Order: sequence, then C-alpha cells, then structure tokens
Amino acid sequence: MTGESMMLPDRKPVLAGWAAVFRVVEGLWTWYSRNWRATVVSSVLQPLLMLVAFGIGFGSLIATSTRAAQATGGVPYLVYLAPALLAVSAVQTAAFESSYPILSSFKWRRTYEGITATPITPGQLAVGQLTWIALRLIMSGGAYLLVIMLFGVVRGPGVLAAWGFAVLCGMAFSAPLVAFSAAQEQEGGAFTAIFRFVVLPMTLFSGTFFPISQLPRVVQPLAWISPLWHGTELARGAVLGTLQPVAAASHLGYLVVLLMVGVQLTRWQFGVRLTR
Amino acid sequence: MSDSLVQARGLRKRFGEFEAVRGIDIDVRAGEVFGFLGPNGAGKSSTMRMIACVSPRSDGELQVLGMDPDVDGPQIRARLGVVPQQDNLDVELSVRDNLHVYGRYFGMSRAAVRVKATELLDFVQLTDRADDPVEQLSGGMKRRLTIARSLVNDPELMLLDEPTTGLDPQARHLLWDRLFRLKQHGATLIITTHYMDEAEQLCDRLVVMDGGLIVAEGSPQELITRYSTREVLELRFPPGAEASWPETLRDLADRVEQLPDRLLLYAADGEAVLAAAHRRGVQPTSTLVRRSTLEDVFLRLTGRSLVH
Repeated sequence: MTGESMMLPDRKPVLAGWAAVFRVVEGLWTWYSRNWRATVVSSVLQPLLMLVAFGIGFGSLIATSTRAAQATGGVPYLVYLAPALLAVSAVQTAAFESSYPILSSFKWRRTYEGITATPITPGQLAVGQLTWIALRLIMSGGAYLLVIMLFGVVRGPGVLAAWGFAVLCGMAFSAPLVAFSAAQEQEGGAFTAIFRFVVLPMTLFSGTFFPISQLPRVVQPLAWISPLWHGTELARGAVLGTLQPVAAASHLGYLVVLLMVGVQLTRWQFGVRLTR
Repeated sequence: MSDSLVQARGLRKRFGEFEAVRGIDIDVRAGEVFGFLGPNGAGKSSTMRMIACVSPRSDGELQVLGMDPDVDGPQIRARLGVVPQQDNLDVELSVRDNLHVYGRYFGMSRAAVRVKATELLDFVQLTDRADDPVEQLSGGMKRRLTIARSLVNDPELMLLDEPTTGLDPQARHLLWDRLFRLKQHGATLIITTHYMDEAEQLCDRLVVMDGGLIVAEGSPQELITRYSTREVLELRFPPGAEASWPETLRDLADRVEQLPDRLLLYAADGEAVLAAAHRRGVQPTSTLVRRSTLEDVFLRLTGRSLVH
C-alpha cells in the first residue's frame, strides 16, 4: 500500500436515499447468502408439516362432516386451509425475523452501529431492514407455494394474489414488531411474551383453521385487530374467488395502515437508539 | 473557517441529568495524531461519538471537515474512518466479506471494493485469513480487521476509540506499528485511550480529560515538563509501614504522592533523593528511579491514578 492511494479523499457524493436503502438490503443479503441453510427448515418444513397434520390428517377426519362443509363453504379442507397457512407462515417468519435478529443487531452483534458510522442514516437502515424482511417473506412464501403445488391444491392465478396478500400481512405485523424490538434494552425476555401471548393466539384464532364466526361473540373483536385475520381473509378469498370488493378494500386498508404506522415507528425508534 | 479538521468550542453532551462532556474546546490539525487521555467516564467516548456524527451535541459549536454534523452528517461520515471501542464486525461473515459489505455502504463499486479489500488485508497482515470467518480470529486480528475496515473509504480523518484496550502486549505493538505507518503516510488520527504508554507512543498532541472537562493540553513531552519533574523515585514498603514515611521525606522532593502500595517522590535527580532517603534511615523493600510519564501528569492533575 502506498501513502498516495491511502490518502486520496473519496469525493464521491453520498448515495441518494433509495440507493442507500438498497445497499443495506445488499448487506443483509450477503449475510443471508452465507447463512441461509438454517432458515430452510422454518420456511419449508414447517408449512409442510402443518399441511400434512391439519390439511390431510385432520381434514380427513372432518371430510364427511356437514357442519365442517358449511363452515368452509363446501371446499375440501386442504383447499380451505392452504392459503390461510400461507398467511400464517408469513406472520411466523416475520415474527422470527423481526425480534431477536433486530435486538441482536443493536445489542450483541452491534452491526447497526457499524452501518450508521458510514453515510447510511438510521432511517435508511430502518427501511432497508424492513425491505429485507419483506424479501424474506416473498422468498419463504414462494417456497411454500411450491410445496402446496406438490399437494395439487393450487387453483389458478388467485394464488399469486394470495402470495402478495400474505407478504403484506406479514409486513403489517413485522413493522410494528421491529419498532418494538428496537426499543428493547434487556436480554429480549419480552419476545417470549410476544410469541406466547400474541403470535400463538393470533395463529389459532384468526380464522386459519376455522372461520372466526365459530368463535364466541365476545372474542371475535380480538380477531378483527389481528393482521393475520385480515391477511387470511384476503389470501383465502383470492384463492377461492370469493373476495368481495368492499371487504377486500377494508382488509387491505387495515393492513396498509398498520404497515405505514409500523414503518414510521421503526424509523423513529432506530433514530432514537442509534443517535444517543 | 480555520484549517482544523475538527474544531469544537464549548462542546457539551448531556444524557438526561448527567452531563458527560461539560464544555470543551478542541482543534485537530491535518496530519497530526491527537489524543484524548483520561479514565473511564471522563467523556472521551461521548466526544468521539459527537465528532463521528452519530451523537448530536447538546450545546456548543462543532465543525468536522469544515461542516456541521447536525446538517451534513452523512457527507462528513463519508470521509471518516471509525474504529469503535467495541468491535462491531459481522462475525458470521468472512474477513474479506466484512470489507466488501462495508465498502458498499460508502457507495463504492464492487470492483473498487475488491481492489481495496485486497490492498487493506495486506496492510493489516490478514491476507492469509481472508476467507476465514471473523469469529475464528484472535482479539488482535479482529482489531486489525476493524482498522482495515475503517480505511476502506480512504478517510481523511480516522477516529479510534481505545484501539488497544483488552489486547495482549504483542497484539498492541503490532497494532501500534500499523497506526505508525498510517501516521507516516500523513493520516490524521484522533485516538482515545486510558493507557499513558499508548498516548506517549502515538500522540503528537493530546488533551487530558477528567469529569467531562479538559484539564491539560499539549504534546506528551510538554505535559510532562509542565506538570511533573524529570525523574520519579518509587519506594515500596511492607504493607502498613509506608504511612509514617511521607513527612520524613517531604522536603527531599519537589512533590510526594502516596499510593496504596508505594510512595512517589518527584525530583530532577531521583538517585540523589534515594541516597538522601537512605541517610535518613528509610528502608523500603524496593526502589525504582524512572523518568516521569503521562501517568504522573495525570496523578498531578487529578489526584488519582489513571489505571488501577
């Protein structure tokens, strides 16, 4: 190395906002491309097991039930369940990607500190991190779609819309959770509570396995605030072709608002934590 | 606008009720190695974070590379090289990947980053570890990689926050050697440290910080001349025996400091004081005559020793 080359100042202008966000995504992709193996289990194997256990195992049990047929609108249980599991899988992947890895990047790995020592701002980092999670959801959703194709459940182009709705649903949950994770100072004990008291009940009572109309009337409003219920309605409606415009618009509206609020909270919280 | 790379006037940093930096003035000139010397909690790291444009100042004026961090943070950071106190390398990536990924944050092209990474790995003597995951590196190697990473954008100013804390002596010397090389190439470095030997080795000019304030400023030699004597006589006594001696010896030296385990007698000629002490019947278990260091300066200025 020569002195001349070392001291030549870098006169390049700072990256524009979107380009900086893209560089953050690229950094996260580099990490993923070296460490992706661990995520295959959760994104492919888990939905596969769910499909087999509930769709085929449980589905065969209720195949002759008239009440079950009424609840599912007359479609086979596997077909009823598959698009909803797409949304569940998006929310679960989002929950995982938006909790410990975020806290770790602040607290243990401290990689966020390294990134914001460069021209990248905390806000660009926040948007880049969320964009990366969205890409992860798109990828794991795609893997899941391949799995249900193997089951022969896929029905036409509605599946592609369901894929998009599932990703939106996952992000509507991810963005507020990332903001929450960015505010955690301790060892992440709060995540256990999130998984136990938010993710698990949401998975069980968002109309995934049965319509929420089967729930006690007082519990139903809890499903209404769950992004997973809105995502499930959209994904299932898209696949079964039963989506009504007004209902679809309100489900979409709810998810988009949740996402927007979450993005703003994340940007704000990243700024607070990284510029103390 | 002055020709200082960093200029601060009345710079302050508050965290709620606590004021970590309580109004300091600094000027760092191009091509010098400037040091912040002080114990933990003196306000060194808070000052560094303000200069690094990652922590907004609470009060006062600050200009870095002629710009205001509150306004031009990203533009300034594009021209800085930062070595943080705690390593924040991505330990799950390889040595080379760490440089590649980091260079890209500065907007560099892939080709430019590749060339630069190879050059820097050579500079920090990690070429043969290029493809190893960072978690397999020793502490000293990680530090060197962090220094390489901070150079990826050809910075005009480098900020090193306690670069050798926690390293063994050999690793420290290897690191100092690399920093010397940078200095010879005309780099401007700002270093914080609580090691006086590090400050003496590396710094052209330094400020001594204590309790959020600058208590002295100058070159290591100037500070020693101004605040200490040429030599120091250290006398060690059996536990419990040292308490009675200071009064007997006080008039022999310019100044006497009593530490838990020894007495320090400051004088131009340490051997002469030792001879005089012996004549008065003082019988220490061991004696040492040495030159004054920044440690003595710090003791004089704050009444406390720097490293415990």
